Amino acid sequence: MATRVLDQHPAHAAAHGEKTGLWSWVTTVDHKRIGILYGATAFFFFLLGGVEALLLRIQLGSPESTFLSPDTYNQLFTMHGTTMIFLAIMPLSAMFFNYLIPLQIGARDVAFPRLNAFSYWVFLLGGLFLNSSFLFGAAPDQGWFGYANLTSKQYSPGLNVDFWMLGLQILGIASLAAAVNFFVTVLNMRAPGMTLMRMPMFVWMSFITQVLLLLAFPVITVALILLMYDRFFGSNFFVPSGGGDPLLWQHLFWIFGHPEVYILILPAFGIVSEVLPVFSRKPLFGYAAMVFSGVFIAFLGFGVWSHHMFSTGMGPLADTFFALTTMLIAIPTGVKIFNWIGTMWGGSLQYRTPMLFAIGFIAMFIIGGLSGVMHSSPPADLQQTDTYFVVAHFHYVLFGGSIFGLTAGAYYWWPKMFGRLLDERLGKLHFWLMLIGFNLTFFPMHFVGLHGMPRRVYTYPEGLGFDLMNQIETAGSFVLTVAFLVFLYNIFKTSRQPRNAPADPWNGATLEWSIPSPPPEFNFAEIPTVHGRDALWEMKRQRGGQLPEPIRASGAGIHMPNPSYWPLVTAVGVLAVFVSLMVIGHTGVLGVAAAIALLFVGVYMWAYEPAG
Amino acid sequence: MLLRTVARRSSRWITALGLLVVTLAACSTDQYPQTTLLPRGDFAKIADDLLDTTVRWALLVFVLVEGVLLYAVFRFRGKPGDAEPHQTHGNTTVEVIWTVIPALILAAIAVPTVRAIFQTNATPGKDALTIEVVGHQWWWEFRYPEFNITTANEMHVPVGRMVSLRMGSNDVIHSFWVPQFAAKRDVFANRETRMWFTAQAEGDYPGQCAEFCGIQHGRMAHRIKAQKPEEFQAWVAHMQTLGPKPPGAAAPAGDQQYALGEKLFTGKGCIACHSFAAVNAPKGMVGPNLANIGSRSYLAAGTLKNTDENLARWIRDPQGIKKGVLMPNLGVTEAEAQALVAYLRAQK
Repeated sequence: MATRVLDQHPAHAAAHGEKTGLWSWVTTVDHKRIGILYGATAFFFFLLGGVEALLLRIQLGSPESTFLSPDTYNQLFTMHGTTMIFLAIMPLSAMFFNYLIPLQIGARDVAFPRLNAFSYWVFLLGGLFLNSSFLFGAAPDQGWFGYANLTSKQYSPGLNVDFWMLGLQILGIASLAAAVNFFVTVLNMRAPGMTLMRMPMFVWMSFITQVLLLLAFPVITVALILLMYDRFFGSNFFVPSGGGDPLLWQHLFWIFGHPEVYILILPAFGIVSEVLPVFSRKPLFGYAAMVFSGVFIAFLGFGVWSHHMFSTGMGPLADTFFALTTMLIAIPTGVKIFNWIGTMWGGSLQYRTPMLFAIGFIAMFIIGGLSGVMHSSPPADLQQTDTYFVVAHFHYVLFGGSIFGLTAGAYYWWPKMFGRLLDERLGKLHFWLMLIGFNLTFFPMHFVGLHGMPRRVYTYPEGLGFDLMNQIETAGSFVLTVAFLVFLYNIFKTSRQPRNAPADPWNGATLEWSIPSPPPEFNFAEIPTVHGRDALWEMKRQRGGQLPEPIRASGAGIHMPNPSYWPLVTAVGVLAVFVSLMVIGHTGVLGVAAAIALLFVGVYMWAYEPAG
Repeated sequence: MLLRTVARRSSRWITALGLLVVTLAACSTDQYPQTTLLPRGDFAKIADDLLDTTVRWALLVFVLVEGVLLYAVFRFRGKPGDAEPHQTHGNTTVEVIWTVIPALILAAIAVPTVRAIFQTNATPGKDALTIEVVGHQWWWEFRYPEFNITTANEMHVPVGRMVSLRMGSNDVIHSFWVPQFAAKRDVFANRETRMWFTAQAEGDYPGQCAEFCGIQHGRMAHRIKAQKPEEFQAWVAHMQTLGPKPPGAAAPAGDQQYALGEKLFTGKGCIACHSFAAVNAPKGMVGPNLANIGSRSYLAAGTLKNTDENLARWIRDPQGIKKGVLMPNLGVTEAEAQALVAYLRAQK
């Protein structure tokens, strides 16, 4: 115990090789630090997206409100969606991928540590690029889905669509690089004895997510390139007057867009599959079914995309095909829900904050899943689509699902990442406020949508019966605001506590709980050998009880990758290429060439950097 | 302890929530004129029947699954000093059952769904009234080829006769939504889409564009006036008298305001975007056809009630009322606006 107190002393920490200072963060290639960078940045963008939503809700809180002008409203709802999907949920998931995948598979880092850093920097720069549009009064305003031909130069002459198009392209690069990294890491770097069917469920769900990323992002990359050619170089892929087809955009976008929603939910599925067993004190019910249902969802997820297009008049055969595949995908999803309840059944349920959020996730996701099934029937969907009914549906799965799940993960893994446990009482308050606020905000949307309120409208008249429901929704969004303030206060209060969380505060089942909180740079002093699922429970069973608090070993003799700034330089090069495309009217091809040169320098120096 | 209090309080919550649900779901077209839940046309009934089917199953599944979850939350609450629970890993029988049952439920939804897909995609018979719908940023054009008349934003239909909509767009993708009689269908610049319905009740109903189409997507509403067949025929006959206007024609004798308004309509340039010819109306006009503007219920695609005051406001400051609309502010003075209102009000 005395040694642990001394561990907190900076000089001692430095002597143990722990790096400190801003430069160490700028050049880090440590997956744990990169994870924290992802988390902090994503959380900031999440709050930004939340403020955007709050502004929208204030505008919609009364009919004919003039709080926001229509163009401001359209920019805010576009940025709210784009931010929450690409700058909040995905990178929050990336925080967990980064921090936990190596720890849970018993590895010391990811397969490509510098590529890992590169992914983060590209994400940060992409997010900043996208949001810099506000400074030009030209934030994207065409919806997060950017339907052609509204996005053509003729109907969107300003910079708004350009920011969106190029920003998303940048973010796509970050996601693809990270996906390659985690895909290879999971396949190649598991500890001895950890077969695929012994991996923690979070690793499985994350692995499937990487496959989805690798297959789906190239499609939107292509779509955005075609759009760029239309807007910058006068082609007509999506321009009807030139023989193009706006519907082509929709197909390309949704072939990406539907797998994207599974990218958004699967990590939360994985987190909940970790939290429930630990706080039920029994293993995950039906491990194999959980794996195969995840694989099936991912595979089938590429076969449902046109359920976003039921109102486009594709004809009865297409409608039928996509209706049936959409209904089919409900089956493996339902199986997961039952398996989670089966995990709780007969357990000894511990109602700590992570568990509350995990249970809240199940309850809310059931609702979102059921409204999804209601959408799967095209004739019925023709009334529901593009109304607030679908806004309710996807918020139940994305907020009630992903966000609740990610929050469960935050409370669960906070002690491991930061060496401190978040306050339980504040956590419970956060949970109840979020549950109540969330339902107040989004449940009435089912009704106001069926009663005729379309989406993406900056106002509505009196006399259509929308007033009361919108008022309730706006009130709910303020309750949500308080919930997040409580969370922020919890984080702040916790940061001032001493860093003395034990290695295993929850009696965890997986390997990350066998090393100190937070772990040393090299993670494991000795790579463990795994003999079964729930490797740590297995070890505790062998030992006949709790494991002793792990010693903070010196790590002498363990070689870790050197820090590097070339990933950052390369990331700046990527940004430069896209900015140069944006301003090609001013800086011409020379600008693009200069940017490519910078990119080339970054890659070259990175490639030839001494292994050290 | 907290949980016991919550359990007591939640029963009150559940009652309150139930009441709220019932209140919100309760509907009348007076309260919810744009609702999808009171279908008054055959197409909308098909959609509503499917909604009923899916809602029933969804409610059943909801009550069952959330019920089991809630039960588990209370029944298996851990107490300090609990022994380790039985380490169940799964149960193949149970897992098979709970895979097959959802599949059966989905099949029960799929069968009526597929039937309805083919029904709603069927082509209306030759007796149907064809109406061409053209979406514009940010108004709706309606053409009746059978009668050679064109109007905007207000669609008249006869009760009891099938209407066959042939739809397109002048610019970007819009979506024509008739919640009371039909549903919605997107409209495109490069292809025709179709929808059909038979209005089964008279009335004056609102609808809105349902595909984001730019700055004023939120203000692209239309109205459907479902009329008795005789009234509809009378409306058609009247519209057929509204041909192109020679200057000075039909000016009420001595009406100086009208005459001034007529001069201003050309002088200010309104004539470049708007036509008064309901018959043989020109295509591709930037602004709505104004043949019967004097008698329409709303202006600017459902934005303003059609009163003299609103019409004057609209003429003088369209940008202030509907920012970004393609109708520019032309520096029309108060006096000029009054004249224009008098002129337009006479175009019924």
